[in-house]
Amino acid sequence: MRDSRTMLIALLMPVVQILLFGFAISTEVNNVNVAVVVPKWDEEIRQSVNKLSSNPYITYKGVITEHDIDQQLRSGKVDAIVVFAHDFDRLMAQWKQNGNGKAAMQLIMDASNTITAQAGAGYLNNILAGDLMQSNSLVETHMLFNPQMKSAFNFVPGIMGMIFILICAMLTSVSIVREKETGTMDVLLVSPVRPLSIIFAKMVPYFALSCINLTTILLLARFVLGIPMSGNLGSIITVSLVYLLLSLALGLLISTVAKKQIVALLISAAVMLMPIVMLSGMMFPVENMPDVLKPVSAIVPARWYIDAMRKLLIQGASFNLILKDFLILVGMTLALLALALKNFKDKLE
Amino acid sequence: MSTTTLAIEVNGVSKSYGSIKALDKVSLCVERGELFGLIGPDGAGKTTLFKILVTLLNADEGTAHVDGLDVVKDYKQIRARVGYMPGKFSLYPDLTIEENMEFFATLFGVTVEQNYDMVAPIYKQIEPFKNRRAGRLSGGMKQKLALSCALIHRPSVLFLDEPTTGVDAVSRSEFWDMLYSLKQQGLSIMVSTPYMDEASRCDRIALCNSGKVLDIDSPEHMVEKFGSPLYAIKSSNMFGLLKDLRSFDYVANCYTAGEYHHLLAGNGFDARQLVSDLENRGHTNVELKGIVPDIEDVFIKLLSNED
Repeated sequence: MRDSRTMLIALLMPVVQILLFGFAISTEVNNVNVAVVVPKWDEEIRQSVNKLSSNPYITYKGVITEHDIDQQLRSGKVDAIVVFAHDFDRLMAQWKQNGNGKAAMQLIMDASNTITAQAGAGYLNNILAGDLMQSNSLVETHMLFNPQMKSAFNFVPGIMGMIFILICAMLTSVSIVREKETGTMDVLLVSPVRPLSIIFAKMVPYFALSCINLTTILLLARFVLGIPMSGNLGSIITVSLVYLLLSLALGLLISTVAKKQIVALLISAAVMLMPIVMLSGMMFPVENMPDVLKPVSAIVPARWYIDAMRKLLIQGASFNLILKDFLILVGMTLALLALALKNFKDKLE
Repeated sequence: MSTTTLAIEVNGVSKSYGSIKALDKVSLCVERGELFGLIGPDGAGKTTLFKILVTLLNADEGTAHVDGLDVVKDYKQIRARVGYMPGKFSLYPDLTIEENMEFFATLFGVTVEQNYDMVAPIYKQIEPFKNRRAGRLSGGMKQKLALSCALIHRPSVLFLDEPTTGVDAVSRSEFWDMLYSLKQQGLSIMVSTPYMDEASRCDRIALCNSGKVLDIDSPEHMVEKFGSPLYAIKSSNMFGLLKDLRSFDYVANCYTAGEYHHLLAGNGFDARQLVSDLENRGHTNVELKGIVPDIEDVFIKLLSNED
């Protein structure tokens, strides 16, 4: 525990990540650079352009020609281009009358930054379609892909899901395996102390560390990022503690398998980090996953934790609604713990 | 009961790692209060035997008892009674000397003060540096600290795996003095070393190679029963000398030993004959003298008998 560098990383990482993710996303819609392509000006178009240029979140970059669309997006001068149909006023009139019709404008987004693109598209749709918003087909949006609009807040549960696994499982397993590597485990084993108490003693600091992190993250989320924190604090903490235990059990399991620190790290990265980032719903919604991957994501513990945290933190769900997530987490914890203890040897080999 | 009177008893213990046989039917016993040396080169199986005796590994076959307790059945009791110092420095480099001591005392449920008299002769030497982190100690000091930590709970049997490897000659000699005084306090000690010259500091030694015990005896006895006459020989062309000596039928064995070659006489050996034979082959400044064998000579002779 004298390893001050690891300590610092473990304590600061969540803070930095929360702030980074939080602020990167809170500034995202502040200046979407928008240009328009107008084949033929009419009153409707003038009104729409006025709406765009007067919106505080949008920086209006003027009119460009159709030929410039690609070049403008590529150069990064604009983030989005609105292309009006040449018979825009007629189509709009039709929309207003019937509530449906052909697409009257095209929205071309620079989706290289998918997060800005999503948010920008949402904004532009809102501004342009206005009260006709209920119908999606008025504005035809083109993007690399278009997941559901996600709120900035959704990242906090994701980061919590990742941080705790990282700190509890990865650091614990690495620190236990380090003892094997340096040979101190031999000396520890050849002592009357029960090996399991050694292991649990190793886990306590990381558990404490994670509890500090939990507090920091919740405080930051509430007071710096302004997350509603509408759910019951008791449920949030209960579910988080179960998740911490689960991560510790996972760390223990890894340490029983790995003989070298590097192996422990690799297992942690391959078994935990990748699936958590890719499959837990932290980045990509589970619903959008291919059918093959859905069952895989179901065995990623972070998925259930993140799901529960979203419901609790953002939607303010009651404990009943996250009961399924909670029970799954408890079940996984017990299974992992049993497996880890069964696998644990108080001898070498 | 014979098992209770012996500190260590090993019966036909074998252990393989895959296809490599680390120990092959090893049997030996160590009396109480004895300083027993396990002497052999790297790969002789010394560390494996230690790990079996301190209950870290299970043998494939055979039985072993430490302090009268079975290493498989009673391993928990054994762990409380033995002191183990692994070959690799195995303390916490980021804890200070004092913290390491206290840590190990706590592990065994004792305090440093309680057993201070046990470790004092050794610990006193490093106590002035007690606030220094263990990772920044010299080899000799690390070894003293490791020994102190292994002794803090007053073990009845002490296992030291290559304690003098990587330590300077002066510290090595001091270390053996320490072991001697520990032995006089009644401790049974099993120590391994690849240095043949340290064998004479032990009461009895087991010479081992490739998982087999070649011989067990006191170092003096081993030298006494050497049997064949042994000579040291040198000339101005040492490499050619070795080749020529090996071609003579009356030379049983010949090998390099520092400045000289050691030569084991065979049937029909005659010193004057040898010198003239060598001079016929063009060797100059031939110097031949009879010597008393040391443990290394014993080891080499046992090895060649084995083949």
